[in-house]
Amino acid sequence: MRIGKNSFKGGANVPHYKNTLECKTEAMGIPDKVVIPMLQHIGAPCNPVVSKGDTVKLGQLIGSSESYVSAPIHASVSGKVTDISTILTSVGTFVPAVVIEPDKKQEIHEDVKPPRVTNREEFLEAVKQSGLVGLGGAGFPTHVKLSVQPGRKIDYLLINGAECEPFITSDYREMVENGEGIIEGAKIIMKFLGIPKTIIGVEDNKPEAISKLTALTRNEKDIDVVRLKSRYPQGGEKVLIYALTGRKVPSGKLPLDIGVIVINVNSASFINEYIKTGMPLVKKRVTIDGPAVARAANVEVPIGTQIKDVFDYCGGFKNPPAKIIMGGPMMGVTQYSLELPVMKQTNAVLAFDENMAKVMEENPCIRCGRCVNACPMNLLPLTMNALVSNNKIEELGKYHIMDCMECGSCSFVCPSKRHLVQSFKLGKARLRAAAAQKKG
Amino acid sequence: MESQLLISSSPHIRDEDTTDKIMKDVVIALIPALIAGIYYFGFRVLLVAVVTILACVVSEYLSRRIMKRNQTIQDFSAVVTGMLLALSLPPTIPLWIAVVGGTFAIVIVKQLFGGLGQNFMNPALAARIVLLVSWPQQMTTWINPNPDVISSATPLALIKEGVSKAELPGYLDLFIGNIAGTIGETCVPALLLGAAYLLIRRVITLEIPLTFVGTTVLLTWIFGGETLFTGDILYHLLSGGLIMAAFFMATDYTTSPVTFKGRIIMGIGCGILTAVIRLFGSYPDGVSFAIIIMNVIVPLIDRYTIPVSFGGEKSAA
Repeated sequence: MRIGKNSFKGGANVPHYKNTLECKTEAMGIPDKVVIPMLQHIGAPCNPVVSKGDTVKLGQLIGSSESYVSAPIHASVSGKVTDISTILTSVGTFVPAVVIEPDKKQEIHEDVKPPRVTNREEFLEAVKQSGLVGLGGAGFPTHVKLSVQPGRKIDYLLINGAECEPFITSDYREMVENGEGIIEGAKIIMKFLGIPKTIIGVEDNKPEAISKLTALTRNEKDIDVVRLKSRYPQGGEKVLIYALTGRKVPSGKLPLDIGVIVINVNSASFINEYIKTGMPLVKKRVTIDGPAVARAANVEVPIGTQIKDVFDYCGGFKNPPAKIIMGGPMMGVTQYSLELPVMKQTNAVLAFDENMAKVMEENPCIRCGRCVNACPMNLLPLTMNALVSNNKIEELGKYHIMDCMECGSCSFVCPSKRHLVQSFKLGKARLRAAAAQKKG
Repeated sequence: MESQLLISSSPHIRDEDTTDKIMKDVVIALIPALIAGIYYFGFRVLLVAVVTILACVVSEYLSRRIMKRNQTIQDFSAVVTGMLLALSLPPTIPLWIAVVGGTFAIVIVKQLFGGLGQNFMNPALAARIVLLVSWPQQMTTWINPNPDVISSATPLALIKEGVSKAELPGYLDLFIGNIAGTIGETCVPALLLGAAYLLIRRVITLEIPLTFVGTTVLLTWIFGGETLFTGDILYHLLSGGLIMAAFFMATDYTTSPVTFKGRIIMGIGCGILTAVIRLFGSYPDGVSFAIIIMNVIVPLIDRYTIPVSFGGEKSAA
């Protein structure tokens, strides 16, 4: 049954580089040190609830916040807290971090047991206590996303298996290795939130995942698997909703407002796992790839593992790494040090060699309009870029810059190699600052 | 000790296409028309082309030096301007006039306004018009193609003079270019070949050429004959460099709108102006003026065709 067009207008034909499709998930084991930041999500940072010198066990609560938009953080190893330090993140902020020296025993904390979930409130509380945040990379606290007011109608639960970024195969491996878990997770959500229908969207460059999930849902009348045309950024929330249901999220609003909830395949399967075992979010599968790595792989690591340890597990580097990216090459964040840790939102760590890391020099805009064709949000990147360059911040609002999801399609296709997305990040920041100044 | 890790904004990969690759594609697409011009009008045409291109490249190099700005001749856009201008000149044009034209196009229309991407009009066409107005005699001295290199008038000029139908060139001659005209505008197959190349290479899209040609043809059909709806469609389609202008000049990136809707508006506008000048103005052909006038209206078109953002309502301009 087709209700959406299974594709969308715009986007860019990025290379897929799905080198690790066949790489089965390998468990890395326990490193000699984990660094667990207190902010691994969108929202308020957590405060550490343990101190230097404390002994902690696997799954123990180590960070929590009073704020609503937040998610608790748990120890991914058992061992001793050696420090409560402050780390500089790669986006330029300082966050506290709990540093633990593992004892390699992985003793499980007494509080870890399957939660009691008999109704909607208990379900949402369980999701909150699990520490789950959007595992697609955005890291939005899932319990907030699922807290639909009772009485509000949600028509579709969309499971995001698009994985449109190049290199990353972490979601794919989940679909192929644990398709059952994804479907069980979807059913749990449908049951407690009263959602009648689930659609799982998978890009057509992952045929094995599509056939596996289709076979598993053959007898599920409320769960459909849809094959999406592979095109970046198909996995973007608004784009996915449009492709699967034909609905457009109004500017400034949420998917909730048009009766849709989107969650990532790993988030769905984690909910199933948590309801059954009570083990909070303590480990993550990351794709290790890029031209500089010795061996590309999909590795399951304890959260807080430093990326240098993950690379060492994969055999180190075959070329000197010039750029390390956490995430995919289109929207990922470059890391300034290999000592930074894997976090809840990390789906991949890529190592680019000098050749691929080169940042090209900007040439003048020739007004070719390719960026306009590529923008999935129907914006005018060339005009917004010119406005930011000339510091005409007030006009940016007229061109809907806040609708920009920074997907990078425009920068990707620009023949003059203009740093479009970079200018939009700057423009948005200046616009927000100007708005705050007006209010204050 | 680890080496320095580079920090930069996403995205971290880019498509392979570059500005100079696009420009080179345009040059390649114009070569068939140039060869046809040499075939019909002799080897002097090659000289005119080389001189015009050199004038453009050298004047860009010198003007950038004088203005103390970075060199840009390697992006090949000056070469494109030179070729387009050469193809719009009569084959008999004195070389010094071609040099003046090339220099005007690059220095005045392009560099003095900010260089690549900042020209407010199509540089080649603006130069052509300046030459036409400054040296009308030399810019309208035509010759018939080989073997008779005799002075003649272009097909559209013949219509303006009121020549009888029997003495006008036939459609086949108009199509293959066995007529008088500028160096590049006469041989339609050569132009279509180049246009096809640009379309396949995704350098241009069809909305401007089709609306431009379509509107011109429609209006000349309605108003171009003795009575309404008796205009000579094929004659107007195949003459006056309409095909060259629609596919190669009006589609210039910098001077055309950036949205689909905007481009349609420009194509229709060019068509209307061309038809009006051809039928009611004193110049035989209007494509150059039509494009130039639409070029300066493009910023206005862009402002009024801001697309509705995904999930948004129409914004006020």
